[in-house]
Amino acid sequence: MRITVIKLWCTVLALGLLPGMPALLNADDSLLPVIPEAQHRVSEAQGCVEPVEKMRKDHMEYILHQRDETMYEGIRTRQHSLVECINCHVSDAPDAARYGSTEHFCSSCHKYASVQIDCFQCHADRPVKTSRHNSLAPGTMRLHGKSVVEKDDLLNDKLQATAAGGTVHE
Amino acid sequence: MKQDDFREIEGGRPFYLLLGFIGLFVLAGLGAAWYMEHHGHWVTGMSNQIIWGTPHVFAVFLIVAASGALNVASISSVFGKTPYKPLARLSGLLAITLLVGGLAILVLDLGRPDRLIVAMTYYNFKSIFAWNIFLYIGFMGVVAIYLWMMMERKMNRFTKSAGFVAFIWRLILTTGTGSIFGFLVARQAYDSALLAPMFIIMSFSFGLAIFILVLMASYKWSNRPLGDVILFRLKNLLGVFIGAVLYFVVVYHLTNLYITEQHGVERFILLEGGVYTRLFWVVQILLGSLLPLALLYNPSTGKSRGWIGIASLLVIVGGLAQMYVIIIGGQAYPLELFPGKEVTSSFFDGGINAYAPSLPEITLGVGGVALALAATLVGVRVLRFLPVSLADDQIDQSGEVA
Amino acid sequence: MTNSRQLQPGALSMSNKSSFDSYRRRFLGGVASTVAGMGVAPGVVLHSVGHAKPAGDAVTGDVRWGMLIDTNKCAAGCDDCVKACDDEHGLTGFDRPETDAQWIRKVTLKDKQTGHTQTLPLLCQHCEKPPCVDVCPTGASFRREDGIVLVDKHICIGCRYCMMACPYKARSFVHETLQDQKPFAPRGKGTVESCTFCVHRVDNDRTPACVEACTAENHNAMVFGDMNDPDSELSRQLKKYNSRQIRADLELNTGVRYRGI
Ligand code: SF4
Ligand code: SF4
Repeated sequence: MRITVIKLWCTVLALGLLPGMPALLNADDSLLPVIPEAQHRVSEAQGCVEPVEKMRKDHMEYILHQRDETMYEGIRTRQHSLVECINCHVSDAPDAARYGSTEHFCSSCHKYASVQIDCFQCHADRPVKTSRHNSLAPGTMRLHGKSVVEKDDLLNDKLQATAAGGTVHE
Repeated sequence: MKQDDFREIEGGRPFYLLLGFIGLFVLAGLGAAWYMEHHGHWVTGMSNQIIWGTPHVFAVFLIVAASGALNVASISSVFGKTPYKPLARLSGLLAITLLVGGLAILVLDLGRPDRLIVAMTYYNFKSIFAWNIFLYIGFMGVVAIYLWMMMERKMNRFTKSAGFVAFIWRLILTTGTGSIFGFLVARQAYDSALLAPMFIIMSFSFGLAIFILVLMASYKWSNRPLGDVILFRLKNLLGVFIGAVLYFVVVYHLTNLYITEQHGVERFILLEGGVYTRLFWVVQILLGSLLPLALLYNPSTGKSRGWIGIASLLVIVGGLAQMYVIIIGGQAYPLELFPGKEVTSSFFDGGINAYAPSLPEITLGVGGVALALAATLVGVRVLRFLPVSLADDQIDQSGEVA
Repeated sequence: MTNSRQLQPGALSMSNKSSFDSYRRRFLGGVASTVAGMGVAPGVVLHSVGHAKPAGDAVTGDVRWGMLIDTNKCAAGCDDCVKACDDEHGLTGFDRPETDAQWIRKVTLKDKQTGHTQTLPLLCQHCEKPPCVDVCPTGASFRREDGIVLVDKHICIGCRYCMMACPYKARSFVHETLQDQKPFAPRGKGTVESCTFCVHRVDNDRTPACVEACTAENHNAMVFGDMNDPDSELSRQLKKYNSRQIRADLELNTGVRYRGI
């Protein structure tokens, strides 16, 4: 129900407003949202985890899908995870804007479009460091009672990330 | 009794003053709910130990009373007692408004009242709670149709069948409400099949007490005649119901005393529970059952309207106390996890859980009652619920066997 | 007897190897190119358990996560498991013990007759037939395929019926507005929560924080593992030693078992 409403709004936003936005921005219309820059690009060619146009229109679908898969099925890929959105789009400076301020990436647009979400009542609206217990250490505990596999056979996206020297938030 | 013997009550100043007065309580209740949601439930007396608090006492009381308020209508259409027929409409109206009041409290006390739509769209059919959502909504619909059949001349012939459906529905509804607690096998106080039938009997008594008070008040304030015949019938009926509740309470505790496992919780409620023990003996049993019984059956007080009103009021107070003892007393008694052991922890295991009702909780509860009353008041103002006269000569006692 | 015990390790590695192979086959098919490009230095030994679930795979009912707690090894006055849990999930508390969340707590038992005392950690028992799930009106309380009982906070309405129904008082209601929650432990005002068996760790093939802490202190009072796998340390201990469920009379078939109570 709520998702449909959000989607409706965002479709209106995307279809009706965005195409004309550059022109409007050039006209220096201060009413339009200022959207904060992301911290990284996914690749040279592409900025976000999906093409930007698609993200503008469908990000809530991706996040919703991921949310249910993660929660019910334990699927923990990171491409469409809300945590990763926050990690990339919100600064981890102690005084970074919180959801609700127009300077927060998500609210910059949501405020403008009068979209109501409740994600950040439970999820952090800024990147949060994980505890010492959760430092990346796959398989250091062997209490599952399985035999230990040696060598670099085990690959998952966490290992990729460490190998690439990136920080990992789960 | 003909169709045009029913009239809306007069509007005008007194009506709006009364409505405004009740409205203040409704607003206060809404304010309390907003306060609780805004700050989170820690501002209330409720905690991880006492999970359901005063709002639930009021809410369950109102919901139970709602189904009982329908009693009068059922007696007239299902059991064909004609003297009660003029009262059937008010009875149906109260059934709906009391339910609305109770549900409003329940919803406003949720951790996430903004997700009401979720509660309506996601169902877990194993949950008795989810079934109750259907039962409550359905009840309102069924009673509304029943009222329509009664109030629309062309439809009158269906009144009996509609009344029958409503009667069955409300029995199921109260069983469902009682089962909310009855299904909690983990908690000593609720682990009893007797809770559901006990709730039905309680509904008879609470609903009728509220009905009598509302009837007396509305006839007094609208200057309409209310004869002794109908009032004395109602009060005699109330006496029977009070006795029945008392009987069930006795049986409930006796069966529990028979089961060794339940001795702890029985000792708690009946002897050592402090406020719960006092509420049980003094308010529920003495003030809420024995005293009204005496008042209603005593030849002199039983004929006085003042005393009948007081007796009804006492039944309501006793009923709230009974709910308090069941709902909160039942949680105050610790979960029995390790038989034969003394249990302590940082999470209050093993001890009697403390609870004191907070102002916002009480305000919310009273607000729900006020909402029910306000809705009733508006109902009798805009539609023809009340007969112009309930004087003795208007009451059709023909075809009555004593 | 001796023979069969000696045989065990061999049998164990066999069975694990084959299941691991099947994972590897599926997995390598999908990410062959990544493998080629991966920068893990040759010779680096990644200690990892054999049944690692790729992040993109769903959990299945082949596994049932469980725990065995040996109360004889649980040290009085030690609350490392509790601290680890609070730390892991950011359960900071507001100095209001009645309303602060506790996913795991230390409970002290004293026998009324003999005076014998013991302590044990109590947490969500991850029941196979969880009453909390049965009563939840919206279906927010649910049991994952692999036996972990969770709350879908997106559809929890905060009615607290599950808290009324849980025989172990394992659940907490969030009584206040929260901020800066841990990324893998989202929690917010007005919803109910309980121990997740550190599902975010388990999905990454790791052990719950409480167990890790207990083991790190060398108390070794907690063992976590797959109850369905006869070769897991957990299953072997469960088979060997007598253990009990708390409130076994309710027949919930709990995932958490206790020794020494
Ligand atoms: S211990 Fe309580 S919260 Fe956990 S699964 Fe069982 S009933 Fe649910
Ligand atoms: S509080 Fe939430 S999880 Fe618990 S029964 Fe209610 S909706 Fe379900």
